[in-house]
Amino acid sequence: MDVITRGAVITEPGNSVENKTGTWRVFKPVINYDKCIRCLICWQFCPEPAILRHDDEETKQKTPAPKEALKKLPVVEIDYDYCKGCGICYNECPVHAIDFVKEEK
Amino acid sequence: MKAMIRGNESIAYAFKLARVKVIPAYPITPSTLVPEKISEFLANGEMDAEFVPVESEHSAISAAIGASAHGVRVGTATASQGLALMHEVLFIASGMRLPIVMGIGNRALSAPINIWCDHQDMMSQRDTGWMQFYAESNQEGLDLGIMAFKIAEDERILLPAMVGIDAFVLTHTVEPVDIPEQKDVDDFLGEFVPHYVTLDPEKPATLGSFGFPEYFMEFKYGQWIAMERAKKVIDEVFEEFHNKFGRKYSKVTPEFLEDADIVLVTMGSMTSTTREFVKKLRKEGKKVGLLKLTTFRPFPKEELRALLKDVPVVAVVERNISFGFGGAVYAELAATFANESKKPKIIDFIVGLGGRDITFKTLNEVVGIAEKALKEDVDEVNWIDVNKEAVLKAEGLL
Repeated sequence: MDVITRGAVITEPGNSVENKTGTWRVFKPVINYDKCIRCLICWQFCPEPAILRHDDEETKQKTPAPKEALKKLPVVEIDYDYCKGCGICYNECPVHAIDFVKEEK
Repeated sequence: MKAMIRGNESIAYAFKLARVKVIPAYPITPSTLVPEKISEFLANGEMDAEFVPVESEHSAISAAIGASAHGVRVGTATASQGLALMHEVLFIASGMRLPIVMGIGNRALSAPINIWCDHQDMMSQRDTGWMQFYAESNQEGLDLGIMAFKIAEDERILLPAMVGIDAFVLTHTVEPVDIPEQKDVDDFLGEFVPHYVTLDPEKPATLGSFGFPEYFMEFKYGQWIAMERAKKVIDEVFEEFHNKFGRKYSKVTPEFLEDADIVLVTMGSMTSTTREFVKKLRKEGKKVGLLKLTTFRPFPKEELRALLKDVPVVAVVERNISFGFGGAVYAELAATFANESKKPKIIDFIVGLGGRDITFKTLNEVVGIAEKALKEDVDEVNWIDVNKEAVLKAEGLL
């Protein structure tokens, strides 16, 4: 795709796969899998959505969640390529299983 | 077909003949009659279009953008405060390169509230990236309205355009107008083909995207290029229109310019009065000429340089004011000659604000000062036909 088009039109959809939008994050959420009760409230509230949900044996293999955590499904995972660090998940988690820590770059 | 119509109806007929498909509009004096007449066409089944009643001018132009992005021909009309309310959205229409055409009933801006004619509304939108045309008569309003679509939609251009018709002097004044035949206008404009990416579920695209600093200037440069190219396209379209309909248009129209010592530069309906005045002066043996400016954006620098470089005094007669400098046309004309070695003495005359009539008396005063300028220095910016004494008293200076 040409970068410059008339009227700044993006003529081909689906390019957000190429354009990572999580770079402006200042704080990032980190899931504490020991505390997580799998309620999926964070997954529901994430406006991006940058919280991925793994329900089955196959997809769970892709997550960076510790092996121990994967024993209990579903398991959630934060997609840091697109997470903007808004903190909504941190705010909504009913058991305080999400920490909100300063991004180190 | 000859008909007796008002200026607003000229715009409505232009939209009808151009087979405009969507008209989002919000009524405002003096251009209310445009949506009114279009509603009448629709109710009578004379026009096949969607009229979108909206809650404000801001919404009218936003809806126009949505419809135009969908790939149909769109027209709307407004004036004065309504145009000012559209301001931020006008940039979006031009930035998205959508060829929307808008009729403007050129009217003053408050305060004090005033519904009558001057060019302040369109002049204040100078930098929004829209092309600007000013009509002298209702016939010109109709013709420029039709031509504006052809220019705006040209594959080389893709910019929105405004056609100004003077409040009341044209909008509400009945004049004989030659309304072209539908088939001739169809021939002239051709079937509407959007030469741009449109909103289409079958072919998804993002319109109205985000522009990071790495890209933003390139999009603006594209608009600059399009506006520069428009100069030639306007000439071509004017020429084609002349061949087909017999009426001649030009970005700038010189009259009585040969051997002129003084040239009056005018825009809009005041040109008719000025033409009669210049004829009278010529009969008296005074070497005065007239130059009508039809296109203000793009500003026809090249033509103006060629026509005015040897003229001793150019008097810009204009119905707008930029406080702290002078009239907009004066400023641009002076800048046009800034780097030229041969240039006229350019003097600004502020006249006819808020509907004050421009009469022979007004123009006589203008020419009086311009004649003085032939021999000596005069003020750069001159307010004509103003009760200066009353103002100086109010300001505590008398």
